[in-house]
Amino acid sequence: MNFDYNEEQQLLADSVRRYLAKDYGFEARRRIVGSAEGWSEEVWRQLAALGLTALPIPAEYGGFGGGAVDLMGPMEAMGEALVVEPLAATLVAARLVEHAGSEAQKRAILPAVAEGRLRLAFAHAERGARYGLARVSTRAFRTAAGWTLTGAKAVVVGAPAAAKLVVSAKGAEGLELFVVETAAARLVPQLTLDERRAADVYFEETAAEPLAGGSDATAAIEEATDFATALLCSEAVGAMKYACEATLEYLKTRKQFGVPIGSFQALQHRMVDMFVSCEQARSMACLAASKVDRAQDARERARAVSAAKIRIADAARHVSQEAVQLHGGMGMTEELKVSHTFRRLTVIAREHGDADHHLARFAALDEVRR
Amino acid sequence: MDLEYSAQELAFREEVRAWLEANLPHDLREKVANYEELSKEDLLRWHRILAKKGWVAPAWPVEWGGTGWSVVERYLFEEECGYAGAPPLVPFGLQMCAPVLLRFGTEEQKKRFLPRIYNGDDFWCQGYSEPGSGSDLASLATRAERRGDRYVVNGQKTWTTLAHYADWIFCLVRTDANAAKRQEGISFLLIDMKSPGITVRPLVLMDGGHEVNEVFFDDVEVPVENRVHEENKGWTVAKYLLGHERLNTGRIGASRRELAALKAFAARQPGDDGRPMLEDTRFRDRLARVEVELMALEITNLRFLDRMRRSGQPPGAEVSLLKIKGTEIQQAIAELWLEAAGPVAQAVRPLGADAGFDRFTARLAPRYCNMRKTSIYAGSNEIQRNILAKRVLGL
Repeated sequence: MNFDYNEEQQLLADSVRRYLAKDYGFEARRRIVGSAEGWSEEVWRQLAALGLTALPIPAEYGGFGGGAVDLMGPMEAMGEALVVEPLAATLVAARLVEHAGSEAQKRAILPAVAEGRLRLAFAHAERGARYGLARVSTRAFRTAAGWTLTGAKAVVVGAPAAAKLVVSAKGAEGLELFVVETAAARLVPQLTLDERRAADVYFEETAAEPLAGGSDATAAIEEATDFATALLCSEAVGAMKYACEATLEYLKTRKQFGVPIGSFQALQHRMVDMFVSCEQARSMACLAASKVDRAQDARERARAVSAAKIRIADAARHVSQEAVQLHGGMGMTEELKVSHTFRRLTVIAREHGDADHHLARFAALDEVRR
Repeated sequence: MDLEYSAQELAFREEVRAWLEANLPHDLREKVANYEELSKEDLLRWHRILAKKGWVAPAWPVEWGGTGWSVVERYLFEEECGYAGAPPLVPFGLQMCAPVLLRFGTEEQKKRFLPRIYNGDDFWCQGYSEPGSGSDLASLATRAERRGDRYVVNGQKTWTTLAHYADWIFCLVRTDANAAKRQEGISFLLIDMKSPGITVRPLVLMDGGHEVNEVFFDDVEVPVENRVHEENKGWTVAKYLLGHERLNTGRIGASRRELAALKAFAARQPGDDGRPMLEDTRFRDRLARVEVELMALEITNLRFLDRMRRSGQPPGAEVSLLKIKGTEIQQAIAELWLEAAGPVAQAVRPLGADAGFDRFTARLAPRYCNMRKTSIYAGSNEIQRNILAKRVLGL
């Protein structure tokens, strides 16, 4: 047993944190999210230069062949800095190409992702589907000229920045995956609560290329979503770490009644509870990433990831609400970073399934046999 | 024991309901129901409809326009307005400045200000909190220096709700920096917002909304006749007013309306398996718990009212619990709306062409964020617990 990062993992985590501290401070981020694109090409280049776009791509396709555990440190640093560049969106879609694509498709897409030249997004969720992964009504049709898709995907994070989309659709074989040029679809872009860019994506007989010629992709989608959830858990830990540190600092420096408000026991205990939530969340983020990399089977992986997401969702809610409350009115303002962290944690609690969704999934996979 | 309203009270409720049905403008009701932002004109429009009917200030003495209703009738009126989806009445003039003037003001001050408050001619805001004085209000530093028949005010107020709409601000200012106790040496001034030297700067909240402000005073001259109560006795006024502020914070009628709308929404909203959210036991149980909390709050409120009616005394410090539970319920409802809406609620604003963008759903996440303020403002829920600990439990 060893919960430490190895030397390489630690070095990477440190260099990502150093870079973000230097170039992704709160004011720099404010300029980025306020820009027309809402994300920064330059930041993307730097993240790629640090090796993050290549990290989980297999070595034979130009990557480093890393796993979810290798991404924990960088994701945590990005959660702390509230990075909006769509790294996770790209890596999850790349994972689907890796697991469901043909050799030619992998050669065409994965090296470009690894080098930071290609951004992807996974267009899966639909309006009215809530968090049900199987609830897809976008349809795939085989025509004389090739495959086309018709349907709509809702609030696809990262889609406006992506050149290609991996899209799920119902075909003859069940749930299948396709690659679509983003420019061929119709995008209605949106701003999300946590200042990221997303889009509703409409397909109207849009030309699409099936991944690996079409076979049921349910297992691949579930695996990729678990991978995405594990990354999200580490990002959440970074955001909660910031919320806790900022609140602790505020309790030590804000004076009322002639003393720091952190001297009041009622507030001390609440700060302690935030700390406990954050530590428990960190433990579960370790579990989720480890099991995504090394579970015996899909069931073991799914239970670990759902357990982690339940704890992360509850902790994100608790820590974000308390951070704002203990900051008083200041915590409510746009001016303070903690209100932006609040919004990111509010979204994280629900991204890839809220606590209720994962409770149902966790319970359905229960090991008790009668 | 009898928990039912009397026949007379029920008849009164019917009268209020029928009047609201006929007189609450449909567009205002829709705006409130859809969580849309209310403009100054929206707020004043409803204020003036009530003023014309004679119902805008039920608690005032009859000679100044009060209705002479019992405390139970006042409660019924407020909750029916909330349930019908009427815009809120801005409390700073009607429910804060006016009670202070009625209790401590001179005849001239009452005659000058009360009719204009009643008719909505003057829009008021409250100058209490300062950057260094939030929960610890008595540490306030804005100072007023007496020069002949004027005070010269310098300093800063913050979290000033709707100061950007206001014609007047009532302020706590320090008139004696050398007083033995901090609570002594504070005075209560009425300041014209058009006075030279006042600057209002917006404080944008995390939902992007502009409701609160910073207000700066730079050598602002205030006539001495605008002081309420004696010089250096402003803390007495402040304490009286804080007691008033804690009343009617339960918002029971509005919460009942929101819960009913939420249930109707959840009955149409598909869950993970495609069946309505209202049939999801986890969600439905949480909804039911909030409903039970609201019932408990309503009955507790009625117990306080019954005690007030029979003792003829104003409520004690125990009303702090109405603020704590009322705001917790409002926050829980906002959170359940967000849950019911599901993952698409994270999209809060369309960028560019927006045909078909679901604006109602898009308001739910910002509303959840905005409602976090309720456990912070008007005496944070921590301060309410301090009040209960000290004044009710004697700790």
